[in-house]
Amino acid sequence: MLSPDIILAAVLNGLMNGAIYALIALGLTLVYGVLHIINFAHGATLTAAMFVVFIAFTVFGIDPFVMIPAMALGFFGVGYALQRFVVGPAAQGSDNNVLLITLGLSIMIENGLLAVFHSDTRSIDVPYGFSSFDLGFTFLSVPKVAGFGVSLAVALVLWVILIRTDTGKAIRAVARERMGAELAGIDVEHIFAVTFGLGAATVAIAACLLMPTFYVSPRIGNAFVLVAFTIVVLGGMGSIPGAVTGALIVGIIESVSGLFLDESLGQLGIFILFILVLLLRPTGLFGART
Amino acid sequence: MTKLINRRTLLAGSTMVATTVAMPGILRAAEPPTVKVGVIQPVTGALAYDGQQGQIGAEAAIKAINDAGGIKSLGGAKIEMVFGDARSTPEGGTAEVERMAAAEVSAIVGGFASPICLAASQAASRYDLPYLVDVGVADSIITRGLKNTFRFGPGFGIVAQTGLDNLVKINDAAGKPAKTVVIVHEDGLFGAGLAKLLQAELPKRGFEILDTIAHPTPSRDMSNVALQIKAKNPDLVIPSSYYGEMVLLMRTLQQQHIKPKGIYCILNGAASNFRFVKEFPDAAQYLMDCNHWHDPRKPVAEALRKTVEASGKFWTYNIPMNYSSMVILADAIERAGSTDRLKIIEALNSSTFAGHIMPYGPTKFVGGQNQGAAPVNTQVQAGDIKVIYPTDFADAKVVYPYPA
Repeated sequence: MLSPDIILAAVLNGLMNGAIYALIALGLTLVYGVLHIINFAHGATLTAAMFVVFIAFTVFGIDPFVMIPAMALGFFGVGYALQRFVVGPAAQGSDNNVLLITLGLSIMIENGLLAVFHSDTRSIDVPYGFSSFDLGFTFLSVPKVAGFGVSLAVALVLWVILIRTDTGKAIRAVARERMGAELAGIDVEHIFAVTFGLGAATVAIAACLLMPTFYVSPRIGNAFVLVAFTIVVLGGMGSIPGAVTGALIVGIIESVSGLFLDESLGQLGIFILFILVLLLRPTGLFGART
Repeated sequence: MTKLINRRTLLAGSTMVATTVAMPGILRAAEPPTVKVGVIQPVTGALAYDGQQGQIGAEAAIKAINDAGGIKSLGGAKIEMVFGDARSTPEGGTAEVERMAAAEVSAIVGGFASPICLAASQAASRYDLPYLVDVGVADSIITRGLKNTFRFGPGFGIVAQTGLDNLVKINDAAGKPAKTVVIVHEDGLFGAGLAKLLQAELPKRGFEILDTIAHPTPSRDMSNVALQIKAKNPDLVIPSSYYGEMVLLMRTLQQQHIKPKGIYCILNGAASNFRFVKEFPDAAQYLMDCNHWHDPRKPVAEALRKTVEASGKFWTYNIPMNYSSMVILADAIERAGSTDRLKIIEALNSSTFAGHIMPYGPTKFVGGQNQGAAPVNTQVQAGDIKVIYPTDFADAKVVYPYPA
């Protein structure tokens, strides 16, 4: 039988992984909530951001955590431009087109990265990569704890932006009733692009948090986005508190069921939960009833 | 302006075009014909790194063969590579075999992963296409009895047997410090198959298996695996994972201050990989592996290694394995004196070729399996990968149990 120490350590690990999942899920859920589309290029964006962090560290020696503001701003710009000048115009107003365009984008990004970087698995060796807090019963990785903090802070900032700022109100208005928002004078195309930009910014931050302890290869983003989809559905499509809560729950379930059932079977835990939520509460934990 | 092109200029023009088009044909006729050889590797998808490394080896061999005058019995015919991406799936592999069969290749080399090799060699057998497996270790690749399928490297059974025997030797020589084992493995054909074999064989050799932990590929986190190892506190950890997960596991073990007496791998994805050793020398230190490795006594092998490293790539066993498979095939085509597929199969069956760069001795295929093929034991020592077994060409002594 496993000792309580190990289980507690697994829960803590799950929480820290969950916080990263939360960031990735935030971008997905935000774009879904406002544009009502699933952004299939989300994983590829994460991979691209991880490569940027990798290059910044290996070529210029910039620490991933220092990169966070620049990455967030830069990827916000990229996301904004993509939606405004590529996805939006090419979609011609049809959601089906958006799915295909984002899917196409992801294929282009992934294969572009594959052509440039080949499929090597790359990682960076930051000075604090192996430092840890000694809790007596376990060691908590310093970069992971920092990632946990940053992740929750970003979720909070995003929440405040949506609640307090005019742009946030406009985003919520467009999410609720697009035509009404347009009639009230909101530039819907601009809001779409801002939302897309915010989505890209969150994965860019996630990339900064992942790189000190993880590795990057041209397809790695998908490993995270699949679980992010689950989280978005679990938390309620479009809900920010839902994404955060859902991510932490998924992180813990994955970790603890991995401990008891094996890492491979541990993934089952997530999908059993997923099916249960779809059966019992299809709108998700925080989803709005329509 | 009236007609710009009249009948006469059109005729003159088309004659010129026809001549130009025909010219390369005339030029080509002067050169010896080429021998088309298919190279299948998974260069996209989950196994892309290995596939690209394998491709390097195959291309280097083709270049060496062609630079040395091609296939002499065919008038110096150059080997022309027809490359196919297996996209890391068996279906991808079979699709490429179909394409290559249509492109009239004389033989196929590669596959890397066992599932791809199984599917691709089977597809090739329908066309009597000789198929040389570069790495794929699953025993069933050979035991199906396909006449077209050859494996130059050792199969899983031989590798596991050697790996276990050498583990016992290493442990006995050190005064049997290890009695308990935790097995960590990826949950695919390779990892799960190895784990099953270890579960059956280790108890017979006096080891107690405390736990067997499976994990998926890719894994987002190996903390749980590390926690379970910590909870069981084994003397020895035996991991069978691909590169990314193995590196994550070793980094997590270091970060969690988990130090077993030894980490012994069989066919591990990272333990014999210079990228890992260079990037995380502390996490990789003293890692032991029983794996494919080139013969350091052969100058061609060391020269190839230098060329690869000079081009900024890391040296992995895929390179000498593919290089060797390709030169063995070229030798068979040379002796067959023909691009006829059945004649090449016949020539492979009678091969005694020793000009390859693996430590196997002269080639001898029995039922498709090269009899001399065997793995070697390596250990990471101070940022380098050293051969510790077999002793006749080992360049270092094993460090075991790990110093505290």
